[in-house]
Amino acid sequence: MWEIAEKIFNSRLILGTSRYRSPENLREAITRSGAEIVTVSLRRQAAGDGNKFWELLRELGVTFLPNTANCRSVQEAVTTAHMARDVFKTNWIKLETVGDEYTLQPDPFALLEAARVLIADGFEVFPYTTDDLVVGERLLAAGCKILMPWAAPIGSGQGVVNPQALKTLRARLPQATLIIDAGIGAPSHAAQVMEMGFDGVMLNTAVALADDAPKMAEAFAQAINAGRMAYEAGLMPTRSFAEPSTPLPGTPFWKTEKQA
Amino acid sequence: MITITVNGEMKEMNATTIAEVIKTLGYEGDYFAVAKNLVCIPRTKYAETPIAAQDEIEILMPMQGG
Repeated sequence: MWEIAEKIFNSRLILGTSRYRSPENLREAITRSGAEIVTVSLRRQAAGDGNKFWELLRELGVTFLPNTANCRSVQEAVTTAHMARDVFKTNWIKLETVGDEYTLQPDPFALLEAARVLIADGFEVFPYTTDDLVVGERLLAAGCKILMPWAAPIGSGQGVVNPQALKTLRARLPQATLIIDAGIGAPSHAAQVMEMGFDGVMLNTAVALADDAPKMAEAFAQAINAGRMAYEAGLMPTRSFAEPSTPLPGTPFWKTEKQA
Repeated sequence: MITITVNGEMKEMNATTIAEVIKTLGYEGDYFAVAKNLVCIPRTKYAETPIAAQDEIEILMPMQGG
């Protein structure tokens, strides 16, 4: 059980809904992973086609975390957040502001400004940010309670590119809810960040592009649970040299000195 | 008849409010949101929000996202 934005959840996995083979594949992945929060977006679509995706999500009874993906300016992000609130009936927003086309690195300046506007307007802002400590501190000072730092660029599947930066973020921001978002490619990556003490993991592509997406979704759920349990249990300190695990006293055939 | 932009495309229509634009285009139900000139228009304000020539209207629906 964990609390996020004053709601209680069992699963620490937030699952994206994009790039699955079929709606049924998505439904199975969500169900099998046990994810209770899923990310969604808003896009242009002609009238008259209905919206099967919307109907599917409603049936699943999950909590929506709408995003502002691909927004390039503060105004675009703010307006998209307002439109998401109108449709999804939630004040949660995964705030994304693209700063670089090649890496899709978030624009921290636009992110901070948009976060201020949206928090003043009653939103619970989940900012997608880098692993930069000072940007994280500024977002928290602006009123964010949650940060979503990247592990690596979106969709890259590289895993944790800069573990030291993430460790620093966790150590320096103990009061914040920190959810790793983007760049996770394998369940071991998810376990790694959970072992570091991050509160949750958001991922999409690593599940959606798996040969068996529902099975991979479950693999991630187990890895996240394992990582969290390990963090709570307390990892042993690392050492530079070996230390025998079997006790030395009573070692068979041990001799302290050679007999004459 | 006025010319407005809807989702990036120029359209000519007989409409004076957001509600009329939506009806003309055939949007129904509660699964879309509307912005006029980059400002979100709440559902309750469609009928009272006027439109004018050159306005840019955005109509968005729920979609898959990461």
